[in-house]
Amino acid sequence: MTITDGQRDETFVQLEDVTKAFGSAVPALDKVSGSIKSGKITGLVGPDGSGKTTLVRLMTGLMQPDSGRLTVLGHDTRQDAAAIQTSIGYMPQRFGLYEDLSVRENLDLYADLRGLPPEQRAATFDELLTFTDLKRFSDRLAGKLSGGMKQKLGLACALLKKPRLLLLDEPGVGVDPISRRELWKMVADLTKEGVGVVWSTAYLDEAEACDSVLLLNQGKLMFSGAPHELTQRVEGRVFKVNGISGRRRQALTRILDDDAVVDGVIQGEAIRVVVEASSRENTLIEVLPEGSRLEPTDPRFEDAFVDMLGGGPGGRSELAEAATARDTSNGNIVIVAKGLTKQFGDFRAADNINFEIPRGQIFGLLGPNGAGKSTTFKMLCGLLKPSQGEGRVAGFDLRKDTAQARNRLGYMAQKFSLYGDLSVAQNLDFFAGVYGLSGTRKRERIALMKKIFSFEQTETMSAKDLPLGLKQRLALACAVIHEPEALFLDEPTSGVDPVTRREFWTHINGLVEKGVTVLVTTHFMDEAEYCDRISLIYRGRSIALGSPDELKAGVANAANPDPTMEDAFIALVQASDERDAA
Amino acid sequence: MIRKSIDHDRIRRLAALVRKETYQLVRDPSSILIAFVLPMIMLFLFGYGVSLDTDRTRIGLVVEEPTSLTHDLSASFRASRYFDVTFGSDRRIFEDQLIDGSIRGIVVVPAKFTANYAAGLDAQLQVIVDGSDPNTAKFVQNYTQGVVASWKSIRSADKAQGGQGQAVEQRFWFNPELTSRNFLVPGSIAIIMTLVGTLLTSLVIAREWERGTMEAMMATPVTSIELLVGKILPYFILGLTSMTLCVLLAVFLFGVPFRGSVLALYVLSAAFLVPGLGQGLLISAATKNQFLASQAALISAFLPSFLLSGFLFEINSMPEIIQWVTVIVPARYLIPSLQTLFLAGDIWPMFLQAVAVMLLIGGVFFVLAARSTRKRIG
Repeated sequence: MTITDGQRDETFVQLEDVTKAFGSAVPALDKVSGSIKSGKITGLVGPDGSGKTTLVRLMTGLMQPDSGRLTVLGHDTRQDAAAIQTSIGYMPQRFGLYEDLSVRENLDLYADLRGLPPEQRAATFDELLTFTDLKRFSDRLAGKLSGGMKQKLGLACALLKKPRLLLLDEPGVGVDPISRRELWKMVADLTKEGVGVVWSTAYLDEAEACDSVLLLNQGKLMFSGAPHELTQRVEGRVFKVNGISGRRRQALTRILDDDAVVDGVIQGEAIRVVVEASSRENTLIEVLPEGSRLEPTDPRFEDAFVDMLGGGPGGRSELAEAATARDTSNGNIVIVAKGLTKQFGDFRAADNINFEIPRGQIFGLLGPNGAGKSTTFKMLCGLLKPSQGEGRVAGFDLRKDTAQARNRLGYMAQKFSLYGDLSVAQNLDFFAGVYGLSGTRKRERIALMKKIFSFEQTETMSAKDLPLGLKQRLALACAVIHEPEALFLDEPTSGVDPVTRREFWTHINGLVEKGVTVLVTTHFMDEAEYCDRISLIYRGRSIALGSPDELKAGVANAANPDPTMEDAFIALVQASDERDAA
Repeated sequence: MIRKSIDHDRIRRLAALVRKETYQLVRDPSSILIAFVLPMIMLFLFGYGVSLDTDRTRIGLVVEEPTSLTHDLSASFRASRYFDVTFGSDRRIFEDQLIDGSIRGIVVVPAKFTANYAAGLDAQLQVIVDGSDPNTAKFVQNYTQGVVASWKSIRSADKAQGGQGQAVEQRFWFNPELTSRNFLVPGSIAIIMTLVGTLLTSLVIAREWERGTMEAMMATPVTSIELLVGKILPYFILGLTSMTLCVLLAVFLFGVPFRGSVLALYVLSAAFLVPGLGQGLLISAATKNQFLASQAALISAFLPSFLLSGFLFEINSMPEIIQWVTVIVPARYLIPSLQTLFLAGDIWPMFLQAVAVMLLIGGVFFVLAARSTRKRIG
């Protein structure tokens, strides 16, 4: 099917100075203007709290702006919300499904609500169930579907009466990369028929694949246009440092401290660097480790976003500098998982997980939500009793010497589980006490944390009122206040902006250089590259274990000589499924 | 023609919403628990467990010096419907029984009683009770005083009338056995309908907000009126079903008389569910959170129905400010009507007045709920 220009370029949504505030806080959206066209996937991109969900809700007419106006499919949202709602499809964050209704009943409900004529129903259902590959499950309750299947059913419900505009609010969250790619393909097919698609996301790699993006940060529009237009700003300024023989984290610290460097991250065995201006890479040569080479590479959306935000932080971590160094040369094993298995009823959440982490290394558990990462993680920090197998931290068996083992580890939980009603200072005081600090040492450590993380101004604020970035900093401070030997990080940077994420990793990298051992769970493919070794967890089992480069090299082929971490993940999962099927 | 198809769509949407709600209701064990199991437990509690009747309290009566006067007094004790009396001549035989709890008190008619009474002096009895159970102790004390007082007044009346015995004869209408169960059970039906109407409704709507389904629904052509009606209709029917079950149990299991008409029963109950459901809607729209909704429903609906409706405590004996508060408690209008319906029969002027007030309160709730459930988020 060919597309005429008219089909692709009709303006479906026009935003004019849209402002929306909740309470007295910083506005959720601050004078956002832009447009969304037919026949395209428009990415609404930004970290958590940047205003994506608010903007999507405004487009549905379920919310009205404080000032400015939105025109959706030719209707003003203030006057004609009902007209808009008859011609859009909307999938909210949790897919909007009734978990105690079956797949078929959910479709029936939305078909009635959207006024799909009964005579068209059989054909439409058939088409959508085939399209989403849910035909086999039409009698299953929605609550019993996997994350990926729920997402597809949510999409099917939004597509019942073919919408002109499809609004998807973070459809990729909590879904495995395979389902994410399948959904993307389905949506891309729709755009060929002229449907306009809005895809909101916090993942910058998803943003890169969109036809057009609206990039939001703290309610402000940072950029609007095609993703490659944004990456152009760093064109010729992105390099990879390959062939590093020594410790690459030390090298990263030196590189980041160079004036010419805007941004730098670990990427497998290499370091990715963005320099300030294309002529300045030459000054870098001096700080590069011996024997390494600087090679130009393709810019990514994230490089450009960080550049736009004024660059990443420097390479020094005060936290790490204040830490006591531990000897990493003897290669002592600090964290051991031996045959860890957890059975919940007839469901095996973790099945025979094995790995060892030597001192001063970062080990990652990578996998989609529900794969068993958190279960493994919780067994290792003594929060969950393994059904079989054992876990050891710093030589202590977690089942017998839980208390000793726990005093040697710091734990940063998913979503930064702080005490929301306690102030910053009270949280620090509490965690210092829990981890057994007292007297002068406790006072000194708390004072140090306040200084390093600049909590002076926010000391008396309730933790729940802190912005996301500060919350994350506080959670880290609470987890390291007792100078633990091992650090457990559960989705530590979920939803925060890339600069805050880099700041966090600067601290972690510094601590690791001082001999701290880190276990981290993540579903960010990029973040996996910061690890020394990773284990891919899928359906409760570890399907691959190795360094990021090894895993990527293992799936490279003629068609894809330089696979990304996500490519590697998908290939490994598919191989595992095939083994299961055989 | 267009108009007709719009109406058609509207009916179809409404039917779809009601069907969805019914599926959920049937599949969700917690709804069944609140609508049927909880009412049964409450009904059994009020039917068998809680009784406001005073049972005969066992006491020991010690007459130290038997005379015709003390014999007469003993007869008064024996005749009292509050006491189950064992006689003895020495208090020591009762002391062990008082300690082991087989009797609740010892009443001693002292040796000087007859002499004092004849001399016109204050003839006193001694009451020994178990102070570790102050409630029962107080009962024994008060009832003893009561028995003695009425004995004295009858005696003096007898004297004045030259021995012509004259006693007050009490007669209770409508509940001649004075069984508290007979008015507790109809009252508890109102409490049960509050549970279904307000608690359950507020929970299920708050759940839709929590799970994000409300948002998905609102982004379809559904109107907010359809959303509200689609929610209310199934719970209205559930409330009446739950009520029917309770009435059947009350009449056939507990033997509570049912002297009114079935029509009046349903008219009253239906009218009561209007403010109940309206309040549930309002709570869920305001809280959008199941935990808060359940707390708000318990405090603003369940407890007032219990405490401020005349169900357990007489409204007339409450402080005046509290009496004013009870005016907006719908259960206060239903409970007396239901008690009348069960024990006396149809008294339509009373019922219609109650129905009118309940509909009025319900109307206010609905207007408030509809305003806060307009198709808006945040």
